[in-house]
Amino acid sequence: MTNHWVDIKNADVVFVMGGNPAEAHPCGFKWVIEAKKNRKAKLVVVDPRFNRTASVADYYAPIRPGTDIAFLGGVINYLLANDKLHHDYVKAYTNASFLIDEGFKFEDGIFSGYDEAKRAYGKDTWKYQFDKDGFAKVDETLQDPNCVFQLLKKHYSRYTPETVSKVCGTPKDAFLKVCEYIASTAAPDRTMTNLYALGWTEHTVGSQNIRCMAIIQLLLGNMGMAGGGINALRGHANVQGITDFALYAQTLPGYLSAPTDADPDRATYLGKRTPKALRPGQMNFPQNFPKWFTSLCKTWYGDNATKDNDFAYDYLPKLSGASDVLSIFNSMYEGKMTGFFCQGFNPLASVANKKKVGDALAKLKYMVVIDPLATDTSEFWKPYGEFNAVDPAQIPTEVFRLPANLFAEHAGTFTNSGRVVQWRWKAVDGPGDSKDDTEIIAALFLKLKEMYAKDGGAFPEPIQKLTWAYAQPAKPSPEELLREINGKALADVLDPKDPTKVLVKAGDQLPSFAMLRDDGSTTCGNWIYCGVWSQAGNNSARRDPSDPSGLGQTLNWGFAWPVNRRILYNRASADLAGKPWDPKRPVLRWTGTAWGGNDVPDMRPDAKPEENVMPFIMNPEGVGRLFSRELMAEGPFPEHYEPFETPLDKNPMHPNNPKATSNPAARVYKGDMEAFGKAKDFPYVATTYRLTEHFHYWTKQSTINAIMQPEQFVEIGEELAQEKGIKAGDRVKVRSNRGFIRGVAVVTKRIKALDVDGRKVHTVGIPTHFGFKGATKPGFITNTLTPFVGDANTQTPEYKAFLVNIEKA
Amino acid sequence: MALQSLDIKQRSATTTPAPQARQTIEVAKLIDVSACIGCKACQVACMEWNDVRDEVGHNVGVYDNPADLTENSWTVMRFSEVEQNNKLEWLIRKDGCMHCADPGCLKACPAPGAIIQYANGIVDFHQENCIGCGYCVSGCPFNVPRISKKDSKAYKCTLCSDRVAVNQAPACVKACPTGAIQFGSKEDMKDYAAKRVTDLKERGFDKAGLYDPAGVGGTHVMYVLHHADQPNLYSGLPVNPSISPLVALWKGATKPLATLALAGVALGSLFHYVMKGPNEVSKEIEAEVEKEDAQ
Repeated sequence: MTNHWVDIKNADVVFVMGGNPAEAHPCGFKWVIEAKKNRKAKLVVVDPRFNRTASVADYYAPIRPGTDIAFLGGVINYLLANDKLHHDYVKAYTNASFLIDEGFKFEDGIFSGYDEAKRAYGKDTWKYQFDKDGFAKVDETLQDPNCVFQLLKKHYSRYTPETVSKVCGTPKDAFLKVCEYIASTAAPDRTMTNLYALGWTEHTVGSQNIRCMAIIQLLLGNMGMAGGGINALRGHANVQGITDFALYAQTLPGYLSAPTDADPDRATYLGKRTPKALRPGQMNFPQNFPKWFTSLCKTWYGDNATKDNDFAYDYLPKLSGASDVLSIFNSMYEGKMTGFFCQGFNPLASVANKKKVGDALAKLKYMVVIDPLATDTSEFWKPYGEFNAVDPAQIPTEVFRLPANLFAEHAGTFTNSGRVVQWRWKAVDGPGDSKDDTEIIAALFLKLKEMYAKDGGAFPEPIQKLTWAYAQPAKPSPEELLREINGKALADVLDPKDPTKVLVKAGDQLPSFAMLRDDGSTTCGNWIYCGVWSQAGNNSARRDPSDPSGLGQTLNWGFAWPVNRRILYNRASADLAGKPWDPKRPVLRWTGTAWGGNDVPDMRPDAKPEENVMPFIMNPEGVGRLFSRELMAEGPFPEHYEPFETPLDKNPMHPNNPKATSNPAARVYKGDMEAFGKAKDFPYVATTYRLTEHFHYWTKQSTINAIMQPEQFVEIGEELAQEKGIKAGDRVKVRSNRGFIRGVAVVTKRIKALDVDGRKVHTVGIPTHFGFKGATKPGFITNTLTPFVGDANTQTPEYKAFLVNIEKA
Repeated sequence: MALQSLDIKQRSATTTPAPQARQTIEVAKLIDVSACIGCKACQVACMEWNDVRDEVGHNVGVYDNPADLTENSWTVMRFSEVEQNNKLEWLIRKDGCMHCADPGCLKACPAPGAIIQYANGIVDFHQENCIGCGYCVSGCPFNVPRISKKDSKAYKCTLCSDRVAVNQAPACVKACPTGAIQFGSKEDMKDYAAKRVTDLKERGFDKAGLYDPAGVGGTHVMYVLHHADQPNLYSGLPVNPSISPLVALWKGATKPLATLALAGVALGSLFHYVMKGPNEVSKEIEAEVEKEDAQ
């Protein structure tokens, strides 16, 4: 979230698309109800299903799964065509005025630089025009045909209400009604919050779905505002925390991109990742990358990381290729992996194409499952009738189960969607021999270290020289770990403006990442968490609910990264002169000498308004990007592409260009393209989702949750049910090109057939929680059906739009 | 679970007057259907606080689970899909005991002290006195009590009388994530409801209103409905609930006889079919009442 949970109550319009918070985030959803009750906010929902969120919405519009960009592109066009913009904001705080390379082109669904063989773009033309000083050229009149504003207009002019309706199946009047709600927040003193979740990310165009909303919120001037923002609702506690700490090997903690084979030394590595400002006078905060990275190396390797050995750069693993979830299981499937550590993860159930995942696991020599429960994955080798039809005699994989404690059985922190890090205390002891995850990992590490000491090895240093300074090496405490993550001064940290002044004494915990240095004099395990355990103590354990602003900022409750800032980009909540756009909900203002207000300023505190330091300090431009340069895989502007399994035989936006049917830059592995189904065999669009009563594949093991929702079901509309002779309560079989599942039919008015490009498209809804292990009725794993292809940027699989057929079982 | 005997207002099948020394305020639970997302946290809280567990059942083609009230499920969410004027609504109602001011169950109950109404309005079953006859089931205009097959006792929501007795809100209220279930004095709840109704009217629900039906003397569980003119849209919430005329008869002219019936005297001819199956019979009675209403 750029904002936070409580801040939702400040919104005038709550726009929910790509998420279903009433269903999946019922506790956080209370703030939507608060906004409705106390601010007369309007709740608008766009979703393939009339869902639990829609049940309390002021307006609902249906949409075909996988066509969000067409819808949102239509919204962008509506805002531009009807002049529903926050003009001053757009002009000053976005890259609308930036001039783009003249070679940049977009032709029939494909941007300039496409290499079909590689399914990738050369991005040489996706860039600004630069002046002689290396700064981006701008046209403040926004009239130059190559300025971002004009290119944006041109790009989205094709997304007319008629086109939106044709592609999405959303009735035109419903689409226009949604546009009106959204456009009402172009006024400087009105804001819209956007709540989204996996309904946007789990598409082959997932990241671009979110980019669309970034463009919309920038055009409306809703970023940085109370009640505004783009708010990703994170699921599994502690999924925000694990993302912050390098969910994938592609990043190091704090979203630092990890070294690869192309970065042979520290200088090369840092050089590529330390940007120069693209406009004069901007903060260009990522210029501090070397400080964050060096402090991380010092945390890991301590005295063994010195200037002379490049701060132990050579000890870090260098990636040779992708390491996302699909690539890992693909390598495993190809027999290129020997062992697999599976910690707090149930991939047989949660990764796309269960058959492929199961076959992949069967090629391992060993698998270690660290989990509180006996998961489906840990029993992938065991036959459960047709739910898991395997032959253990054919599976050589040796499985070890290491019972871990549940969250309530040890202390630590959770980081919520609003980036608030909150300490939690241990409630009870774990059962039997279960151990904390940290203790399990510590035991493995100490054993490895002992083996290297005894037996030697090709490259023992990364293990042997790792810092492990815990009071009980076999049992690092959560307190020690959080202090270590925060970091400390190894030598006195001096004020760069006045070197006689000591900012932090040697040995002290650091108060903020502003104190980090790239000379090895500071440690920090994750720069964005710096300040969580300062010299003042454990700030994540603070529980002061006082809220003087009334905006729900509660600055003394827990610790929000970064630097306890509650609303990101909050400088943008005030105009160029530093006056809040909305005086009733002021987040930040220029006091005459400094930035102050109801939040920690996202700005150099003494940057006078006339210095024109722009609010988006993490961007070298200083402004928000309507045009994302070379940063996205499939283009600087989001374009609608069909899901890889589309009910249409072409992209209605580009009917004559088969290259532009589905995301041209999405990676497809050998064999997976053939495993995609065609509409003639699988005529219905399927989408998978979660239910309030359950939590992923976990609570099916809990009796009460099982009582609340006991059995796999499949939702279909009344019209499809009638065509197929299916009644509510009948058992049905749902097939995709990768397998089948069975479930109970829920026949509903809440899923309607949509009129898409002249044909009728039915949607089949499939909850994802069930499996063969647990207290619920034994059943199939929904991901038996889903395709093994992901978003071109994140590789998140396309769980939300694929093709199936359905019949009475 | 008992409050103090001082708080008793009425006891089933009891003719001695109730204590009147103590003054207490009437409480109410207000269910704002317009803020309810059907998450079932209330169902879970009810099971956990009261230490009851229903069976892991089946999906029967709807979101409702358990599919109906049972001796172990004292509250369930009922989901109904309603399409009117080209607008689809998914109306989700938390069902359970309404704690009527004029409780049909209590009136119908022949077992002394098996059903108690407290001065604060809570209607509670005392299972140690319950004889499992099922009259409460037919006496209830909302079809709420259920007889356990295990111990032949009647069960339903207690409005967490044990929690309320020590100044805590009912478990479902505490668990509700959106504030759709509120608890307080009946007066405060009516004030709160009035605000919600105003908001709903501003959002275009002209007929929004409070459900506090007069036919049972008002209730201590009330609903804010978007369509207060059509309560039956909400999974058959009765439009004009009232106590079955059979119960009125039992309560009135025949009551002294009926009391004797406990000692084995025959009123069975009047009630014998009541014994066959509470639900079925209650439907029969409803049908009869509806027929009468229609005339």
